Amino acid sequence: MVDAQGRPGGPATPAAPPPGDPAAGAGWVDAPPRMGFFTDTSVCIGCKACEVACKEWNGVPTSGLDLLGMSYDNTGALTANSWRHVAFVEQPRPAGHRGGSEPTEAPASGATEFLGMPAAGPPGRTGTAEGRSDFRWLMMSDVCKHCTQAGCLDVCPTGALFRTEFGTVVVQEDICNGCGYCVSACPYGVIDRRVDDGRVWKCTLCYDRIGAGLTPACAQACPTESIQYGPLDELRERAAARVATLHERGTPEARLYGHDPHDGVGGDGAFFLLLDEPEVYGLPPDPQVTTRDLPKMWQRAGVAALAMAAGAVVAFLGGRR
Amino acid sequence: MAEAHPVGFQWVMEARKRGAKVFHVDPRFTRTSASADVYLPIRAGTDIALLGGVINYILTNELDFREYVLAYTNAATIVSEDFVDAEDAEGLFSGFDPATGSYVQDSWQYAGHERDSGSGHTATARETAAGLRHESHGAPIAGQVERDETLQHPRCVYQILKRHFARYTPEMVQRVCGLPPEKFLELARAWTQNSGRERTGCLIYSVGWTQHSVGVQYIRTGAIIQLLLGNVGRPGGGVLALRGHASIQGSTDIPTLFNLLPGYLPMPHHAQHPTFDDWVNAIRHPGQKGFWGNARAYAASLLKAYWGEAATPDNDFCYGYLPRLTGDHGTYQQVLDMIDGKIRGYFLLGQNPAVGSAHGRAQRLGMANLEWLVVRDLFMIESATFWQRGPEVATGEIVPQECRTEVFFLPAASHVEKEGTFTQTQRLLQWREKAVDPPGDARSELWFFYHLGRRLREKLAGSPLPRDRALLDLAWDYPTHGPHDEPDAEAVLREINGYDIATGRPLAGFAEARDDGTTAVGCWIYAGVYADGVNQAARRRPGGEQDWVAAEWGWAWPANRRMLYNRASADPQGRPWSDRKRYVWWDESAGRWTGHDVPDFEVTKAPSYRPPPGASGPAALAGDDPFVMQADGKGWLYAPSGVLDGPLPTHYEPAESPVRNPLYGQQGNPTRKTYRHPVNSVNPSPPQEHSQVFPYVFTVSRLTEHHTAGGMSRTVAPLAELQPEMFVEVSPELATLAGLNHLGWAHLVSARAVIEAKVLVTDRLVPLRVDGRVIHQLWLPYHFGFEGLVTGDSANDLFGITLDPNVLIQESKIGTCDVRPGRRPTGAALGELVDDYRRRAGVTPGAVPPAVTPGVPIGPPGSGGDGEGNG
Repeated sequence: MVDAQGRPGGPATPAAPPPGDPAAGAGWVDAPPRMGFFTDTSVCIGCKACEVACKEWNGVPTSGLDLLGMSYDNTGALTANSWRHVAFVEQPRPAGHRGGSEPTEAPASGATEFLGMPAAGPPGRTGTAEGRSDFRWLMMSDVCKHCTQAGCLDVCPTGALFRTEFGTVVVQEDICNGCGYCVSACPYGVIDRRVDDGRVWKCTLCYDRIGAGLTPACAQACPTESIQYGPLDELRERAAARVATLHERGTPEARLYGHDPHDGVGGDGAFFLLLDEPEVYGLPPDPQVTTRDLPKMWQRAGVAALAMAAGAVVAFLGGRR
Repeated sequence: MAEAHPVGFQWVMEARKRGAKVFHVDPRFTRTSASADVYLPIRAGTDIALLGGVINYILTNELDFREYVLAYTNAATIVSEDFVDAEDAEGLFSGFDPATGSYVQDSWQYAGHERDSGSGHTATARETAAGLRHESHGAPIAGQVERDETLQHPRCVYQILKRHFARYTPEMVQRVCGLPPEKFLELARAWTQNSGRERTGCLIYSVGWTQHSVGVQYIRTGAIIQLLLGNVGRPGGGVLALRGHASIQGSTDIPTLFNLLPGYLPMPHHAQHPTFDDWVNAIRHPGQKGFWGNARAYAASLLKAYWGEAATPDNDFCYGYLPRLTGDHGTYQQVLDMIDGKIRGYFLLGQNPAVGSAHGRAQRLGMANLEWLVVRDLFMIESATFWQRGPEVATGEIVPQECRTEVFFLPAASHVEKEGTFTQTQRLLQWREKAVDPPGDARSELWFFYHLGRRLREKLAGSPLPRDRALLDLAWDYPTHGPHDEPDAEAVLREINGYDIATGRPLAGFAEARDDGTTAVGCWIYAGVYADGVNQAARRRPGGEQDWVAAEWGWAWPANRRMLYNRASADPQGRPWSDRKRYVWWDESAGRWTGHDVPDFEVTKAPSYRPPPGASGPAALAGDDPFVMQADGKGWLYAPSGVLDGPLPTHYEPAESPVRNPLYGQQGNPTRKTYRHPVNSVNPSPPQEHSQVFPYVFTVSRLTEHHTAGGMSRTVAPLAELQPEMFVEVSPELATLAGLNHLGWAHLVSARAVIEAKVLVTDRLVPLRVDGRVIHQLWLPYHFGFEGLVTGDSANDLFGITLDPNVLIQESKIGTCDVRPGRRPTGAALGELVDDYRRRAGVTPGAVPPAVTPGVPIGPPGSGGDGEGNG
C-alpha cells in the first residue's frame, strides 16, 4: 500500500490535485493514500499507553512532575513535550441520558440509600450523590489534527513545516528557527515551542515509522484500538459505521469530530469519535484555518494601499495648485 | 481491571463492542467503571454477602443448571448429621476449637466419613498455609459417598446450601453492601441469563478479592456460583485469577513459597512427615480416588533432580536433606521474628516490602535488625535504603550510624535482558528471548543463584560435616556460556521437564515419571514442556494458522491442556451440551474422547464406565466424574475439608470495620491469623468500644500509570510524570465533613501509622448508608515511597497484620482510619500522634481482639452437637 521506495524526491509540478488530497496539493506525484488517525473515545480506557509510547519512540522530554488535580490528567495539554494528551472529564450524567431505561430510584424501604447530601467543594459539582453510579468519566487521547488546510504550514517562513507524501504535517527540527508564527496560527493550540530550545515540536504521525510501513507508536501501543491508524478514507468509513452502531445501541450522543472535509480546516487527518460536545473535551467547536482570510486581507490591504497612493497623488497634485 | 490490567481489558472492550454488557462492582468509580454499562458502588469487604445474594437468587428461583449440578457437583452428597451450620450458631460452624482458634473438621465430612476423611484438626494446617497445595488437587475423601439424586434429603449439599444462603436476600445485600436491590437484581439476572447450555460466563478476579481475612472464601463463593450455573470446564467459563506481575502463576507452580515444593508437593513437616513414605503417603492418600496415586514417582523424581547420583532408593532419595517446616514461616511471621532478632539474613529478589507489604514500619524495623540483607533489583529501592532514608530515620527509630544490617545491593537483569519463561493465569508457559545484554554488573537471577551455589560448594568442598552434605551432593552442573558464564536457561527447562537418567531422553509427560530412581523431574506438572527435546514453550504458530484453541502457541500445564476439567464441557453421556459450546466430547465409534483440546480425562474411559467396588486411584472415577483431581470426582459446592474457615462461605466483617456484622453475632472470621506482637495493633471494631476513633474505611489499589511498589515506574520519567504525587481520593461529602480541600494536604491515621497525601475531591467516591449509618470510604494508591523520581508516603504503612487462615494472605484491601486536613507531624510528634489515637481507641500494642465475638456460643470441638455450646 505504502511504497516507501516510490517517494518522489520533492514537490514536482502539480497536476490539479483532487480536493482533500493535500499531498498532491503539495506537489507529491503518485503519493500513497493519505494516512491518519481515528481516535474512538468510546473505547478509550485512559491507560495513557499512547502518551508513554510516543515519548519513548520520539525521545520527547518530560513535561514536568506536577499533580494537576484535573482528574487523572497530569499532562494538562498538548505541548512541545506532550504530543499525545489524554483528557479525563468527570461528568455527572444528565438525567435520562441512557434512554430512560433506568428506574428513577426512590430510596427503598430498606436502610441503605445513596445519600442526598449537598455537594461541596471542587471540582464544583452540583447535585446530589443520588444516581452518582450513573456518573460518567470521559477519556480522550488528543493529538495534532494534521489539518487538510494547515495554518501552521501556511505561515512557516523557513519551510521547516512541510506536507509529507502521506498528507501529514511535520516539523523538521533542523530547519525550524523558532520564530513561533505557527504557534498562533494553529486553530487547535497544538503546536508549541519548547522552552529550552525555542523550536516548535509536535506529533509527526511517526513519519519515520509509517515511511517504513509501521504503525505509529501510539496506535501500536493502544490496547483497545481506541487509536486507529490507516488510510483516511478507510478510517472515515469505519468511523461512520461505528457511530451508526453506537446510535443503534442507545448512545445517541456519539458523534464524529474533524471528519468533515467541508469544515473550517478542510477536515482533519486525525479525527475523533466523541461522546459529548467538543468543548467538553477542550476542543474548538468550529475550528477555522487561521489563514482563511489572508487573501481577502491582502486584497483589502492592496485596495487600501492603492487608495492611499491615490490620495497622496491627489494631495500632491492639489498642493501644486 | 482497566486500571491494573489494561492490556487484558482489551478483551472486555472487544466483548463490549460485540454487545456484551459489563457490570463493575467496586468501592470507587475507576477506569473500569467508566467502560462498564452498569456500575455498582459497594462497601469494601462485603463481597461474600453480594455473591451469597446471587447464590440465593439462583437457588430460590431454581435457575441452576440442574443436569450439570446433579451429575458433576457434590449437590446430591449427604453430609454428616454432626454438622452444624454457621446459620444456626451465630456465625460459627461446628467443631470450633477456641484454644487454637481453628476448626476440627470431622463434623463437616460426608455422612459416614466423619473419622476417615479430611484434615481433622486444622491448627497445624493453618500455621503452614496448607490450603495452597489445593491449587492443583482437592482434599482426600475415603471410599464411596451417600447421595440423594432427588436433592430432597435435608442433609444433602443442595439443601444445606439453600438454607445457608436463605438470608442473603436482595434486602440483606442492600443492608450489608449498600447496593440498591434493583441494581443487585439486574446483576443477578444478567449472570444467570448468560449461563446454561448455550451460554457460559467467566469470573475473573484479582487481589481485590484475595487480600482479605476471608480471601479464600471470596473465591469459593464465586466458584459456587460458577458450578451452580455450569460455568466450569466449559469454553467461556471458569474462575480465573488475574496475576499482579508476569509469572506469578509460575512462582506458585515452581514456588517462591515457604510451604510448597515444585508441582504443589508440600514442604515436609518435621512432625507429620518424618520419613519419605510418611511424606509421600500424606500426598497420595492410598486407596483414594483420583490422580494423585502416582505422587511417589513425582516426589522421587524431584529429589533425583535435586541430588542426582547421590539420591538412591536405598537412602530415600536424600529425603533427609530436605528442610522441614516447624510452623509458620510466612513472610509476616518472618518479619516479626526479624524484629525479635531471630533471623540473621534475608534475600529480597524483585520485591520491595518497605513499600509493598502491609505494615511498612514493621517491615522496615525488621530489615533494620539483620546481620545482612541482599537486595537484587533494577533500581535502588526503598527496601535497600530504608536504613538511611526511611521514615523511621526521621522519627529516630532507626539510626543510620547504628543500624546493624549490612545491605548488599546487586543490580538485576530485567525480563528483556535474560531468557526464560513466563507462566500466566491460564497455566500457559511462554518462552522469552533475550533482547539486549544487561547493563554493567546487572545479572539474571539464574546467574546469581547458580554462581552463589557454585561458590558455596567450592568453599565447603572437603567439609566433613554432615550438615554440608545437602549442599555438596546437589546436582549443580548446568552448562554456561558467554563472558559471564551465564547458565543455559534451556538446560534448566529440560531438567524441569524431566528426563530418563540412563539415556538423557526428555520425558514426554508426567506419566513417564518413575519412583525407582530412573527419572529426574524438576516439576512434574511441567513434564512435557521439553518433550522430544523441543522447547515447546517457544512455539509461536500464529493464531490464523491454527484453530481457536491455539494449542501450538506456547505450552500449558498439564499436558498442554488449555482448559482443566474439560470433560464437563460434554453432558454425562459424553455429548456436547450444545453445538455452540462444543469443546471435548466422546466419540462412540472411535471409543475415545476427542475435541478441540487435550481431554482432561482418561481418553478411552467411556461415559458409561462405573468403578468396581473397592477401586482406588483413577480407576475409582466414573465415566461421568469430570473433576478428576477431586477425591470424589465432583465439583465442590460444599467443601468438607481443604478450606480451614468453613465448608461454606459466610459473610464476616473485615478485621477492621466500622460496622457490626448484620448477619451474625460473630463479627470477623474466627479463624483469621493474628499476631500478638508489640509492633502490631488492630483498630477496634464493633462490638468493641471506641471504633468511632477510626471512623472511615480506606481501601488501596493500583493506578494504571504505576506498577506495585513503584520500583519500575516511579523511577521511569514517562511513567512517573503521569501520576507524580501521592494522593487520597475523597467524596465531596467527606471533604466537607473533614475540612479537606482539593489539592490541599491531608493526613490519615491508623493505630500503626500516620501518612500524608494530596487530596483529590471527586464524585467518583460515594458515601453509603449502611444500617442507618453513613459510611465514608477513601481510596489511596499504594505505589509511593521515598525513593525514585516521584515520592510520597506509603499507603501500606496504615495496615496492620491480619491474615487469611488458608493461605496466609494479608488483609490489605481494607482498614479503618481517621483523616485530618493538613500535613502530618514530623519527628517525635509523629509517634505521639499515633500514641494519642491508640490511647483514645483503647488499643494496647500487641493485643489482638478476641477471635470469637463475646456472646457467641461455642460448641464442643470435635463434634457437632446441637449448636448450644458452652460459650
